Amino acid sequence: MSYIPVIGLEIHAELLTNSKIFCSCSAEFGGEQNTRCCPGCSSMPGTLPVLNQTAVKYAIKAGLAMNCDINKFSVFDRKNYFYPDLPKAYQISQLYFPICVNGNIPINIDGKEKNIRLNRIHIEEDAGKLMHDDFNGVSLIDFNRGGIPLIEIVTEPDINSSEEAKAFVEQVSLLLQYTGVCSCKMEQGALRCDVNISLMKSTDTEFGTRVEIKNLNSLKSIVRAIEYEIKRQARLLDNGDRVVQETRRFNDNHGDTKSMRSKEDAHDYRYFPDPDIPQVNLSDEDLEAIRAELPELPNKRLERYINEYDLSKTDAQIIVNQKTVSDFYDETLKEYNNPKSVSNFVIVELLRRVNLGEISMDNLPFSAKDFATLIEMADTDKVSKNDAKKILRLMIETGKSSLDIAKENGFLIVSDMSKVDEIITMVLSENAEAVEQYKNGETKVFGFLMGQCTKKLKGVCTPKVIKETLEAKLK
Amino acid sequence: MNVTNLKIREIRDLLDKKSFSSVELTQAYLDRIKKIDGELQSYITITEDLALNSAKNAQNKIDNGNSSPLCGIPISIKDNICTDGIKTTCGSKSLENFVPPYNATIIDKLNSQGMVMLGKANLDEFAIGSTTQNIFAKTKNPYDFSKVPGGSSGGCAASVSASLCAGSIGSDTGGSLRQPASLCGVTGLRPTYGSVSRYGLVAFASSLDQIGTIAKDAHDCAFLLNSIVGHDDNDATSLKAKTIDFASKIGESIKGMKIAVPKEFYDENNGINPEVKDTVLNAAEKYKEMGAELIECSLPSLKYAVSTYLILSSAEAASNLSRIDGIKYGHRSTKGETFGDIVRNSRTEGFGDEVKRRILLGNFVLSSEQYNDYYERALALRQRFIADYAEIFEKCDVILTPTTLSTATGISENIMTPSNIYLDNICTVTVDIASLPAISTPCGYDSNGMPIGMSIIGKKFDEATIIQLADAFEKSFDAISPKLI
Repeated sequence: MSYIPVIGLEIHAELLTNSKIFCSCSAEFGGEQNTRCCPGCSSMPGTLPVLNQTAVKYAIKAGLAMNCDINKFSVFDRKNYFYPDLPKAYQISQLYFPICVNGNIPINIDGKEKNIRLNRIHIEEDAGKLMHDDFNGVSLIDFNRGGIPLIEIVTEPDINSSEEAKAFVEQVSLLLQYTGVCSCKMEQGALRCDVNISLMKSTDTEFGTRVEIKNLNSLKSIVRAIEYEIKRQARLLDNGDRVVQETRRFNDNHGDTKSMRSKEDAHDYRYFPDPDIPQVNLSDEDLEAIRAELPELPNKRLERYINEYDLSKTDAQIIVNQKTVSDFYDETLKEYNNPKSVSNFVIVELLRRVNLGEISMDNLPFSAKDFATLIEMADTDKVSKNDAKKILRLMIETGKSSLDIAKENGFLIVSDMSKVDEIITMVLSENAEAVEQYKNGETKVFGFLMGQCTKKLKGVCTPKVIKETLEAKLK
Repeated sequence: MNVTNLKIREIRDLLDKKSFSSVELTQAYLDRIKKIDGELQSYITITEDLALNSAKNAQNKIDNGNSSPLCGIPISIKDNICTDGIKTTCGSKSLENFVPPYNATIIDKLNSQGMVMLGKANLDEFAIGSTTQNIFAKTKNPYDFSKVPGGSSGGCAASVSASLCAGSIGSDTGGSLRQPASLCGVTGLRPTYGSVSRYGLVAFASSLDQIGTIAKDAHDCAFLLNSIVGHDDNDATSLKAKTIDFASKIGESIKGMKIAVPKEFYDENNGINPEVKDTVLNAAEKYKEMGAELIECSLPSLKYAVSTYLILSSAEAASNLSRIDGIKYGHRSTKGETFGDIVRNSRTEGFGDEVKRRILLGNFVLSSEQYNDYYERALALRQRFIADYAEIFEKCDVILTPTTLSTATGISENIMTPSNIYLDNICTVTVDIASLPAISTPCGYDSNGMPIGMSIIGKKFDEATIIQLADAFEKSFDAISPKLI
């Protein structure tokens, strides 16, 4: 039988604040174990949390980007449970009055647009990291991650396939990157996803029993976990069995999900307002100031590329879909204002190198200015289109500037043909004997003459120009 | 001259006049502690070397003209206030060997002034309780060693009462400064919530906990408080109000001052001992003689005080004490293989009965089925207390109540059930619930010679007035010191 999957997501995103949410320790990813923690974030008795206002601001930025209502009054609550990576034995989170509510994010599947509604976005703290040392039979805790600010983005159950889930997470990731509040590096755990999923028949009026799959940390595992779970639940229902409400864990190696705990074992988190943290009260002015700080969001940028730059929707989308690429594109345009030509070079040449893994957009070996120079040289026939590609490769390999590379390798086409003419004429008169041989049919001396010309014209023009001029003169 | 009997202001004066040195003074206290405290057990840890060293440094400052109000003054610190490198046990087996890697903000403040810490004062486990009896030490009442000193700052009160320090810093969540001060015949001051940083105070109930002072009189309490108040960036609940001199109103006339006397506090149906009632009402008459006006009034919500307090404080305590899990610090059980077992066994072994009772109660009232019936209603009642007090303060300047229903009970009197003990806090807890300042000062002695205390409750931030009133009474009162060596 066919079923409709009903899926809701909870996305945890680490905020890019300099310091942790309740103390002044660095919130940067990594670092030697337990070097980025203090009595506060390792929860020594007597320590107190002091809210990092930047975390609140970032959460609001994310909320605005996702069309949320911002709660001017918001409260932090304690979520009580024992776990070794949670040294206070409670997580500071927001249950009753989250910072953002409602909201929606449009996604696009095969040209069809669909709106995914958000239930809320709330702020909370990340936990420490457990490491199990099987060799020594011990578990170790690294508190560096403990206390890094997170937002949890909770959707309504509006998602109906793994494809939609993937598109949604990609869209969330894009918005977070544009607002600059999260690196969205899933491999570093900066973006993690819990999936709630149930199946229903098209004739059903109520949702089926849902299962939660915890802590998926790649787009691939989100898709695989959903697809596995759809099959598993469908098989149960087909056999007349019931789906048990429970929390499951996805195993990346096996591609399956296993039960973690049933509803009966579910925690009673005993939420209550944290008495250590004053309520957050925001004024209209505060919110306006934050709104004013919002950068151009991807949908606006897409409009600009299509309407102002006349890019095709497909091209515009490709550029916008990666903030780093889009930022680099805009920067390049500041140096050389030819949107179409730059977009072609970015999409065809730059992204090819990126996709081949030769370079990373996070760490390009050349500046936008130099990149602009290269495209402009190609556009103005200072170098050939083909040589422009070679120059880009050499820029990556040598780190030299595009102009230097063009000069050194003779890729430069000079418009000053009189100089080329003059030098070739000189070479020919110096090698009258060879010219004579050539004219007598010994065409192989052309190579020698060509070599002599190239030596003298290095950095002045391309070999092609030399060849053409030489041939013309020898006729 | 017996230097240990001096008040803090007198010591300040004599230290600055070089009548004796801080080292001599500190040594005098240490000698007295050695003689008396073996039995009194007001200290849980005595930091003799540190104290003498601090005294030496303080004396250098004084000699170099760099003195400050508390420079060279020996005091005791309640053992739930974190001291870098010095055991802070909270009177609990669970933190028996806990040595904090940091100082509470007030310790840094006091250290920068050259305070001399004689040791860590005993308390009820995690400041939960009112008898100051725990597995490490059972503190006695200096007036009668067979009786309790009160609590939870019982070590602070007993050490001041027995002249084993010049003054003491403790904490108050439901009366933990005022009640032991009352039972030990000394003065205890709880300032407005948020006046003193809680950073480094091991939390019992965060929305109620407040650090305050115990000393030989109200003026000394104000003197000590002046040195520890102020906003702290490490405590988001600490207030940004500008600090005032708490002793600034001392000596001003109290003529025309309006003193509220809410009848419920004096109702024998609420359990007040007639001797205590009469003594406090006599003190009220004395104020009248000084020109104050007594205004009868009512606080009908008082009947909800103890339940409201217990629900709020136990809920917060259950959560606050969860971090004591034996994983990172504190007592870890040798029994158990799994994380769950280790935590369960460590906590079972590490906590005493009363603490366990509050954790159970707190988790019960926070559970999702009970939350609306208990915790939420207690939060609503808290607003009611705040409103009721605000109404009284519209017509009056201060409120006068007994501090306790009776004088100190016997240590071995185990006839009281936990709920009886809880009811005993009825006179003090509403102050904490409503975040108000209050001071308890001795106002008489019962037929057995045990001290009786009265509490003066003030408006928020109006410590100066309650200190002024307490001081006015103290000046006309013949206090009787405990008969020790």
